[in-house]
Amino acid sequence: MAGSGRTALLEDLRDQVARIERRPLAPGRATAIPFGLPALDDALHEGGIARGALHEIAGSGPDTEHGAAAALLAASVLAHAAGPVLWVSPYFDLFAPALAEVGLGPDRVLHVEASRNVLAAMEEGLRHPGLAGVVGEVPGRLSLTASRRLQLAAEGTGAVAFAIRRSARHDDPALAEPSAAVTRWRVASLPSAPPLPWSPETPGLGRARWRLELLRARGGEPRSWIVECPDAQGRLALAADLADRPPAEGQRHRAAG
Amino acid sequence: MLPVEAPLVTRAHDGRRLVVAAANRAAQALGLRPGMPLAHAQAMVPGLEAAAADPEGDADALADLAAWCLRYSPLTAPDPPDGLWIDVTGCAHLHGGEETMLKDLVGRLIRSGIAARAAIADTPGAAWAMARHVGEAISVVPPAGQADGIALLSVAALRLPSETVAGLRRLGLDLVGQLVSTPRGPLARRFGAEALRRLDQALGYAPEPITPVVPPEAVQHSLAFPEPLLTAEALRFAIDRLAEAVCVGLERAGLGARHLDLLFERVDDATKILRAGMARPTRDPRHLARLLGERLEEVDPGFGVAAMRLVVTLAEPLAPTQATTSLGTPEAPEVDIAPLVDRLAARFGAGRVFRVVPVESDVPERSARRAPPFADLGRVAWPPGLRRPVRLIAPPQPVQVLSVLPDQPPAAFTWRRVRHRVRRADGPERIAGEWWRRDGERRAVRDYWAVENEEGRRFWLYRRGDGADPATGDLAWFLHGIF
Repeated sequence: MAGSGRTALLEDLRDQVARIERRPLAPGRATAIPFGLPALDDALHEGGIARGALHEIAGSGPDTEHGAAAALLAASVLAHAAGPVLWVSPYFDLFAPALAEVGLGPDRVLHVEASRNVLAAMEEGLRHPGLAGVVGEVPGRLSLTASRRLQLAAEGTGAVAFAIRRSARHDDPALAEPSAAVTRWRVASLPSAPPLPWSPETPGLGRARWRLELLRARGGEPRSWIVECPDAQGRLALAADLADRPPAEGQRHRAAG
Repeated sequence: MLPVEAPLVTRAHDGRRLVVAAANRAAQALGLRPGMPLAHAQAMVPGLEAAAADPEGDADALADLAAWCLRYSPLTAPDPPDGLWIDVTGCAHLHGGEETMLKDLVGRLIRSGIAARAAIADTPGAAWAMARHVGEAISVVPPAGQADGIALLSVAALRLPSETVAGLRRLGLDLVGQLVSTPRGPLARRFGAEALRRLDQALGYAPEPITPVVPPEAVQHSLAFPEPLLTAEALRFAIDRLAEAVCVGLERAGLGARHLDLLFERVDDATKILRAGMARPTRDPRHLARLLGERLEEVDPGFGVAAMRLVVTLAEPLAPTQATTSLGTPEAPEVDIAPLVDRLAARFGAGRVFRVVPVESDVPERSARRAPPFADLGRVAWPPGLRRPVRLIAPPQPVQVLSVLPDQPPAAFTWRRVRHRVRRADGPERIAGEWWRRDGERRAVRDYWAVENEEGRRFWLYRRGDGADPATGDLAWFLHGIF
């Protein structure tokens, strides 16, 4: 156990940094919502999606416009947090049954159609105590100042803030500009595996498959994983036929995809 | 009860003889007019029913109607004998815009048997003129457009005594527009200041305050200030005091406020209002004060606010608050989102803050409905395990599909000029039209396919018709959602 002393010291330092960086969270609340997948949770400093922080999710390629996978990812994370969720859209194009399918039922979600004031509505929600999270569908640019405001508002109440970055432009460079978000994710669709692995010719659709990229994380390295999209409990799974291989497989797969 | 269609007039004494005071539609169709001698009318229509006019009853009914109109605005007043004032400043957007609000108002009145015409303009005078002298059921004069709006109306539209109107006509001044371009000095000498005052009121050069009715039983509190208030800080302080006082009144009555009107009486006799609505009844003074205080910038204090009044225009029973803490677990404490809902609704409009409730319908676009934030979800739930897209495209967009066989999934489809080859597909999920909702759906059928293209993106397509019976649909394909 040579490393345990060093680990404890590191943990202590991290705690101190966390205390300096942010106000205390509401008592009794965990500091993060875990994915329930060690491969992902271990890569994140807080062991999951940190509460009291802003996280960005964007689609990839043509899905930059619709952010469908991004919305599903945010919903599946919030399905595991208790409390109401505020979902802010410029104009409402969500189909709520899909959110219910990953565990975020309609009883928990309050929707706001905020036109050009998505950020203001998000901030309003983040300043209200007790919400599990606020999801905002942010079209186009998100300035450093605006993201900083959201981050501060989230720190104050401990709610999770998701900014779903959408743009009519595929892979819009504006989405790569720096922001105050603690993590930045990109979700891309990948061809899914046959529904019955032993019988590839059987028609039908299995679970959708994503490449989940962690582009930026405070205290973490950029990583990417191949995952199967959230199930009825809102849980991601490592792609079955790739789960036992080392992470480098994912990179190779990207080259092929 | 008299049959509705029978001609009916009311009679009144004009000092010399009995005259017709009012005539219903059937009587007017027979040529009877208010003001004609009753004997003359009875000669024209033998057996005419003539009920005694009841001016006090009419005035009471008009006052009741003015109170009913508080649903549209906190500033309403009767304008005897047959008019109502509604100050809709800042209220129209709560009712879907000015025109929609007027349609709603006139529609509701017609349904309750009251023939009405309504107009909106910048000034009470112009609205009066438009409502009475334009043949339309509703008219809306655009902002600052009152001079053009009433220019072609008769001078009688200016609420002038009949002798003045006759005198103006003798001079060849028939229209308001002519009066506007006539030198004012001679007009004032000949017809008195009244004619010019009415003209200025209609055009907005002279103020015309409306004395509002207040629901008598409403919980309210007012503050008058020895020195007019000007700064936002001072007004906020007054709002805090008013909110506290009103909440004490609510507590005593066992009520919570749902609608609030804050009236600012300015030193120049104009009254400005702020309306606020709450999703749930509340009597938390801090919440009410914050809700109103956040919107203070919408109110122009002019040269100062001399008095303020906070009126609870809609209250609902609210049980006494319990002082103990809730028993919620630390992980899931009871969260009251009502204050958040109220602030969002005040900012974005009540219709744009909502939850989505399941509806028992197989047709996707009907299966989820917007409902108020605290609507009961009911016992309906979406069936689990259905494959449903995250984004629903409304209306569905036509796509060109290459399909091998009617019962096979599409091989490829083209949407927005991009061709997608279908790699995998799931379906068809047949959804039949709901003939009990619309006749045209009696035989309509949609066959839905969830398809995945070569990149792994998934789309929700449907074909109109079952592929066998042409009556079920024309086999056109649509994109209805994106997974």
